[in-house]
Amino acid sequence: MAADIATQLAVERLLARYVASIDEDRLEEWPDYFLEECRYQIISSENYAQGLPIGVFFANTRGMLRDRVSALRQANVYEAQRYRHLVSSTLILGERDGIVTAQSNYLVVRIMHDGATALFSTGRYLDRVRLKGPEPLFAEKLVVFDSRRIDTLLAIPL
Amino acid sequence: MRNTLDLAWPREGLTRVPYPVYSRADVYDEERRRIFQGPVWSFLCLEAELPAPGDYRASFVGDVPVIVARDLDGSLAAFENRCAHRGALLCFKRAGHGREISCVYHNWTYDLRGNLTGVTFQRGINRKGGMPPEFNRADHALRRLRVESFAGIVFGTFSDAAPPLELYLGPEIARRIRRVLKKAVRVLGYNNQILPNNWKVYVENNKDSYHASLLHAFFTTFRVNRLSQEGGIIVDDSGGHHVSYSKRASDKPSAEYDAAHLRANREDYRLADPSILAGIDEFGDGISLQILTVFPAFVLQQIQNSLALRQIVPRGVGETELLWTYIGFEDDDEEMLMIRQKQSNLVGPGGYISMEDGAVGGFIQRALPGAEHDASIVQMGGDAVGSQDTRATETAVRGFWQVYRRHMGI
Repeated sequence: MAADIATQLAVERLLARYVASIDEDRLEEWPDYFLEECRYQIISSENYAQGLPIGVFFANTRGMLRDRVSALRQANVYEAQRYRHLVSSTLILGERDGIVTAQSNYLVVRIMHDGATALFSTGRYLDRVRLKGPEPLFAEKLVVFDSRRIDTLLAIPL
Repeated sequence: MRNTLDLAWPREGLTRVPYPVYSRADVYDEERRRIFQGPVWSFLCLEAELPAPGDYRASFVGDVPVIVARDLDGSLAAFENRCAHRGALLCFKRAGHGREISCVYHNWTYDLRGNLTGVTFQRGINRKGGMPPEFNRADHALRRLRVESFAGIVFGTFSDAAPPLELYLGPEIARRIRRVLKKAVRVLGYNNQILPNNWKVYVENNKDSYHASLLHAFFTTFRVNRLSQEGGIIVDDSGGHHVSYSKRASDKPSAEYDAAHLRANREDYRLADPSILAGIDEFGDGISLQILTVFPAFVLQQIQNSLALRQIVPRGVGETELLWTYIGFEDDDEEMLMIRQKQSNLVGPGGYISMEDGAVGGFIQRALPGAEHDASIVQMGGDAVGSQDTRATETAVRGFWQVYRRHMGI
């Protein structure tokens, strides 16, 4: 039981730190929550359920995540905006070879620079987390969104 | 056609677009009637999405809901997605399968060609109620569309006056569609994006090759697209369809680019993982970018190995839904699939080189108040409509308005 609680806390703490980095516009930290060889994808629940491979964003290296951040900082044009993530109902689904499988609900409110605030995305995080090492890291993070209609654009990662 | 809209076009002609076309509800209603239900062909779906007899999908012609189906004999049909009884949507999911389609409200049933095949309790219950004897189901078929398929893409039209599809496309556009859809297609994913602007703003955006390397900095920095690359614009004889294309690795030094100090031209920006740009020349002609539009509201995109169809669905005068369908080919191997998966990051609602299009349309829509008597300028490359061997032009945008005005009678 103590081990279960420790795992639960470790995953929840990783998620809390992850969303804080995004919500507080410390995007440069975002790739550091992943292993060098990793998988991150934002995909609709419809595509995911049908086994379709393409979603909104895909990365299989930490470098691709860094490139996302540098593109957002230096290349892409979008109106200034912030997210507020609410993550809840984290379930530990299993553990094998030091990798924990977990799922959580998320809800993201988007706040535009002019104060306009709207529910932007809601769905599930399907995570595979490597616990050993100085800090837990994502080996895989699938952001499976229920809210299929994306308003205007999706710039900042979920 | 008689002009029922009180809307005067500026005397400059095609080089000006009066702003009220993006904001007036009466214009929007007339577009539904004269354009989307007029003599044009609209994208409905891919044949690959209706592989088996009995498969059907919900789609749109403009904002008119339709169903496109593969009938039990294998032929394609399309009809309005609206029950003849009380007008409810028949197919409210994205897709379905069956021998017939029934309305959830009162269980009226239709075959896969839109014929009314069943009226529940038509004869009443215990000889009470029911439809009068003169009610004839054959009089209440759903409004049918003409359907034709080209290179695996299913198009439909409400109009008897539309020419056959291939004639409508013209030889050059047809050839450029076949160039991409050269073999059996496989759907790799979908996305829906809500654009905060009139549908025509997004259509123009696709036809506007001038903006591509200026707004989309990601593109330019990695030389995926600069206007100094070899390429050009093909506008079909009608003016309504276009192809914009460019070749990779054909960038010539350009004094204009160096002098323009473009925001989109950063020398210091390098990718940590450049594998996203490691595509292959799968069409064997060196063309790394081809954006193709079919009037009024369909886009076929090839950006390196990212292939997608974009269906533009008006959702009221100031909102548009963009339906993305990403495709590959049946014989793609794992490596090819990975290339397409990575390059899908370039496009879509969060794409490196397309997210700005979602934003900029809203900038136009939000600036409309006060512009009721003003017009935008579409004069790059002159005032004519036609193919040009440069992309520093707005010829394809003028072509759209040429055809638009003819349909609308303004």
